[in-house]
Amino acid sequence: MDKHPLRRWFDLKGWRALLIGVPYLWLILFFLLPFLIVVVMSVATNTPTAPPFSIGGEHPWVNLGPFSRVFTDSLYLRAFMTSVLNAALTAMLCLLIGYPMALALTRVSRGWRTILLMLVILPFWTSFLLRVYAWMGLMGKNSWFNGLLTDSWNFLVPLDWAVKSVPLMNTNFAVVLVMVYTYLPFMILPLYASLERLDPTLDEAAMDLGSRPHQVFWDVTLPQSIPGIVAGGMLVFIPAAGELVIPTLVGNASQPMIGKIIQDEFGQARDWPMASAVAVALLVLMVIPTMLYSHYQARAEGSK
Amino acid sequence: MTRRSTFLITMLCFGFAFLYIPILSMIVYSFNGSRLATVWGGFSTKWYVSLFQNQQVWDALILSLQIALISASIATILGTMAGITLARFTKFRGRTLFSGLVIAPLVMPEVITGISMLVFFILMADWVGWPGSRGFTTITLAHITFCMVFVTTIVQARMLQADRAIEEAAMDLGSRPWQVMFDVTLPVIFPAILSGWLLAFTISLDDVVISSFVTGPGNTTLPLLVWSKVKLGVTPDINALATLMVVTVGLGVLAAGIILTRAESRRLREERLAFRAND
Repeated sequence: MDKHPLRRWFDLKGWRALLIGVPYLWLILFFLLPFLIVVVMSVATNTPTAPPFSIGGEHPWVNLGPFSRVFTDSLYLRAFMTSVLNAALTAMLCLLIGYPMALALTRVSRGWRTILLMLVILPFWTSFLLRVYAWMGLMGKNSWFNGLLTDSWNFLVPLDWAVKSVPLMNTNFAVVLVMVYTYLPFMILPLYASLERLDPTLDEAAMDLGSRPHQVFWDVTLPQSIPGIVAGGMLVFIPAAGELVIPTLVGNASQPMIGKIIQDEFGQARDWPMASAVAVALLVLMVIPTMLYSHYQARAEGSK
Repeated sequence: MTRRSTFLITMLCFGFAFLYIPILSMIVYSFNGSRLATVWGGFSTKWYVSLFQNQQVWDALILSLQIALISASIATILGTMAGITLARFTKFRGRTLFSGLVIAPLVMPEVITGISMLVFFILMADWVGWPGSRGFTTITLAHITFCMVFVTTIVQARMLQADRAIEEAAMDLGSRPWQVMFDVTLPVIFPAILSGWLLAFTISLDDVVISSFVTGPGNTTLPLLVWSKVKLGVTPDINALATLMVVTVGLGVLAAGIILTRAESRRLREERLAFRAND
């Protein structure tokens, strides 16, 4: 065997350092460093230079102005409220639609299950932008879908309330609807994974002891699937809270979500420190549920 | 199946209708003869014809495919390295930070990733004179960064399932560590690497938000082209383009799914046969 010292060093340490070091350095350079720049920029001062901010020039070195505006200016507070409410509503609706679907998936035959699971995942692989676009076609004033909704509305309500078309496009409702549509697979898959692991004999035992089917669901199935519910909820809530594309395309411009605010501050207003401060605040808002989640998960692991 | 409930089956049908009716409607309307995108005016394929004659669309498609190919490939190499690292090396300095860095891009809102990347590139150009202009290079670098963590997640999960005894056996038989990786580890986790590449490729091909920040003049990827058109409303030629993209990706995923499922069941069968031969 070759005993060249360089080769021995490579076998013992070098290849390992290479394996760890290359992706590590990449992420530090292209992810951590840019992110830290944003954090630093959030306490900088907006100046009419290029790039439009300066930091550390004169006393006080840090400018907490942008942050205080995040917590006092009603524009930002309302945008945060809209984002959180929309994201929470989306997660809830995804759960209500996704849970029965996931439960049904665990109860169909194996062959069907493979096909249906693939059908759940398939939209996820197709273009996100075009799935949003598909809804724009459905919700427009003259579309068959809107016509159908309008006709059933007019059929059900008294004549005075009749409408020419249901206002769907450019409403907050449209944002939630399309977010539910695009994020539903993120809810179904973790729910399915946790429901599939459940032991069916537990259900049978509860049945034998006299539980009715809905009691079995509330007492046996649901409590055991809480990890799946939490995971799915996080997977939907987090991207929904920072969503930019959907509110821009189908949302109400006078009721913006926080992603749009960040983009506008950065692009149109050219106030980079303000955009960074809002971004940092959004991240803090997202870190809280993430930490709750990992805390919850750690406790669940511990109790096993 | 004894526990079939009408309610669940109804919800399943309703859910799939919800998932697929918008897409099907879009496909039907791509064959609409009318100029008005939402009013039916007879069957026609003229939007497909005009799409194929649109040089802008072809240029954007080629640019998107080039970026997706390069960034998916580099992201797969980096992501696989990171995945193996996290699964095999339980102790090294800075592991906590590293595992955090691998998860953070997954939960970071795209707007923030986009802005931080753009500011980074602008400041770098100021400080060290690189990158001279934004476009192909900056989009590719950004895509590599957020695609690699998806590959890492897949590879890491597969590595934790893999049987370490085979690697140890190769070590005992005198293989060097890096030989073990190339001769044993990588072939074992190859399906995971392949699905990681596919995922990275589609994510790169699909990205709008981050690309819109880090792109420069004249570098319009296909999603950016669609984005600029869609913001103005529904048009029939985008219906045609969307149909082609959805059908292509759908067929691709279906084929990949079938191939991977077959390969997996063959592997399981062979493993079972091998164990039986040992007994």
